[in-house]
Amino acid sequence: MQSSSAAPAHHAPGVPPVPTVAAHFASLDVQQHAARLGMWLFLATEILLFAGLFVCYANYRFMFPDGFAAASRHLDLTLGTINTLVLITSSFTAAMAVHYAKEAKNRQVVVMFILTILMALGFLVIKYFEYSHKIHVGQLPGPYFTDPEPSLQVAGVPMYFTIYFLSTGLHGFHVIIGMIVLAWVGFKANRNEFSARNYTAVELGSMYWHLVDLVWIFLFPMLYLI
Amino acid sequence: MSPSSSSIAAEPGAVPAPGEHHEHHPSYLVDGTTVKSWLLTLDHKRIGVMYLIWVLLFFLVGGIYALVVRFELLTPGPTIVDAMTYNRAFTMHGVVMIFLFMIPAIPGAFGNFMLPLMLGAKDVAFPRLNLLSLYLLLGGAAIAIWGMLNGGMDTGWTFYTPYSTHTTTTVAPILFGAFIIGFSSIATGLNFIVTTHTMRAPGITWFRMPLFVWAMYATACIQVLATPVLGLVLLLVVGEQLFQFGIFDPARGGDPVLFQHLFWFYSHPAVYIMVLPSFGVMSEIVATFSRKNIFGYRAVAFSSLGIAFVGFFAWGHHMFVSGQSTFNAGVFAVLTMLVGVFTAIKVFNWVGTVYKGAVDFKTPFAYFCGFLYFTVFGGMTGVAFATASLDVPWHDTYFVVAHFHFIMVGATIMAFMAALHYWFPKMFGKTYHEGWGLVSAALIILGFNATFIPQFLLGNAGMPRRYYEYPERFQTLNVASTMGATLLAMGFLITAIYLTYSLVYGEKSSANPWNSRGYEWLTESPPPTHNFVGPQPVYKDEPHFYVDPEKAEVPDAV
Ligand code: HEM
Ligand SMILES: [Cu+2]
Repeated sequence: MQSSSAAPAHHAPGVPPVPTVAAHFASLDVQQHAARLGMWLFLATEILLFAGLFVCYANYRFMFPDGFAAASRHLDLTLGTINTLVLITSSFTAAMAVHYAKEAKNRQVVVMFILTILMALGFLVIKYFEYSHKIHVGQLPGPYFTDPEPSLQVAGVPMYFTIYFLSTGLHGFHVIIGMIVLAWVGFKANRNEFSARNYTAVELGSMYWHLVDLVWIFLFPMLYLI
Repeated sequence: MSPSSSSIAAEPGAVPAPGEHHEHHPSYLVDGTTVKSWLLTLDHKRIGVMYLIWVLLFFLVGGIYALVVRFELLTPGPTIVDAMTYNRAFTMHGVVMIFLFMIPAIPGAFGNFMLPLMLGAKDVAFPRLNLLSLYLLLGGAAIAIWGMLNGGMDTGWTFYTPYSTHTTTTVAPILFGAFIIGFSSIATGLNFIVTTHTMRAPGITWFRMPLFVWAMYATACIQVLATPVLGLVLLLVVGEQLFQFGIFDPARGGDPVLFQHLFWFYSHPAVYIMVLPSFGVMSEIVATFSRKNIFGYRAVAFSSLGIAFVGFFAWGHHMFVSGQSTFNAGVFAVLTMLVGVFTAIKVFNWVGTVYKGAVDFKTPFAYFCGFLYFTVFGGMTGVAFATASLDVPWHDTYFVVAHFHFIMVGATIMAFMAALHYWFPKMFGKTYHEGWGLVSAALIILGFNATFIPQFLLGNAGMPRRYYEYPERFQTLNVASTMGATLLAMGFLITAIYLTYSLVYGEKSSANPWNSRGYEWLTESPPPTHNFVGPQPVYKDEPHFYVDPEKAEVPDAV
């Protein structure tokens, strides 16, 4: 049945208020179920967005196997690996935020999100160094490719860098969005808005961050390793 | 649903909200009359009405472009516009009709309005996202229209590369507009899926959902799964236009066929985004006006999902002549024909429903007849096309144009008009003049045939699509087609006039003027703001439960 609100008339002072249910939902459970389902679907669309790039990569790797192999050897494996570790760790802290949210420890949620955001920042800084090196030596997309390095004078190398910059760029854009989302949820946690019963925003925010991590887990071997 | 709501009786602990027991419940139309109360509304019904207004406007814009194209082709040489304007006109006709009318029309206007009512819900799951999706549509449209006034685009709505990355017309804003419109489509689809999963009232099980809801659900799945790929490919083309990356440009090592794969991976399913909602509308209408329970409910419901599923594996039939291997062509041909099987299931079930029904031949039913004819005729030409060897001579001729207009435009327009007339009393609480309804339906169906049958013949005779000039011998058929288009336009004009008139001067409608068993008729016409007043309706029958007229006497006699 569609009742309009689940807020009880009394609650102890200091305890965060039990969340209200939007008027069109039958209950808090239904509302949270809807929010989660919506987020899963949204994440599916994000993966499909990147899937288009993966298809491009596969197609051109097939067309220019030598060029792609040569170009991928010119990526900085060390920096890439560090970045992978940074992101995996940040995914862990994001998960910890949910764990603390379930126990209504808003303070720890804030700390975990700050850590996550700091690591995201670290990721971007490392990416910045990688990019500036590439720009410096002219390993740029398509017509802008100017690197005179002999081992890179193979058909398909400029195409490789096109895909490299497009996919890491799109991923970097998602990192920035993720940072904004986590900052906003962290801000709400700082205002004690979450309780053991209602921490949907924390959960959804960290789900988004796992997506950012997951996409990178695909990009890293695709671009750096093979 | 929550565990506590599995029974049909009212939830014991539910405290009525303050103000719930007032005698007077204003309809959603008059509950708040300021401009702001409309523009910022979160009510799915108002959002649906706003969608309706906008898609009608876009339909008008697309229609004007169509008439420019048709009148240009009245004579073999230049007629009313120059060649470049002609190219821009058919491109914008396609872009506006597909992205701004056919895709959002039925889900946006009728899906938004009816889906929650049919599920016994107070609203969609995410009302804010719903409003956002309307404004994304309008924002995308504004950008695209800005582009089209500042240069326009001459690539055709398919944006094929490498031409689209080399033309000097303003491709980027129009593609970017389409990209944003894609987000709108995803948002609507996502909202409908979640709504269907979580907002069903007690008693509405999956197999008691009205068939319109099933169709919207299947459509939403396609919207969510296919649109992101289109989004990416549009971004790549925009990037390529601005920076000449060469992803799809053979001169730079790129692969234009890859563009076609990615584009059709969306755009073939997109044709089902356009027609599945019409199948849903028609399932409702055929039951209501035959006064019979829908024949083969489950088959109709599952065939929507079946179409959505195999629709994802058929895209290669657009590339039979792109140099794909014979093996691929064969596989795609067979997969394409599978779509026909699922569509046929629906057609047979609709016919089975009408069979021995007590048919009430009202305007929506007239459109149903037109719809059945366009779907079967257009679908058969699709099966013929799926035969790779037949596709080769027909490809990119007017035969393709006629095929997709018959099935996609024919079916969707029939359903849109049927829905508009069927739900008009529900949405606005007014009735319209039946006679005018039937006259304009006849005119539209006739006009449609007169427009596109000549195009089948033209295509078969070898006239290519998207050409500005043509040999003398094609003129008679082109004149016939243009006359048909004029007739069609007149039909729409008449409808616009009497519906607008009815909106203002029409008689007040009863809650359920068609005596329908659809769930959306269980509330007043027009519905109050929160959809239902007082205790929620009880759902214990199937959604299209009409007594079989043959057996109706039996219970009475007992
Ligand atoms: C159900 C609704 C359908 C819609 C809305 C639809 C729409 C379209 C559209 C828009 C095109 C032309 C695209 C372009 O090049 O601009 C097209 C082409 C085609 N359709 Fe359909 N179609 C439908 C059903 C079918 C079915 C059932 C089949 C086969 C069983 C089919 C087979 C084809 C083929 C093979 C082509 C390619 C023709 C060519 O370019 O040479 N279609 N369709
Ligand atoms: Cu197709």
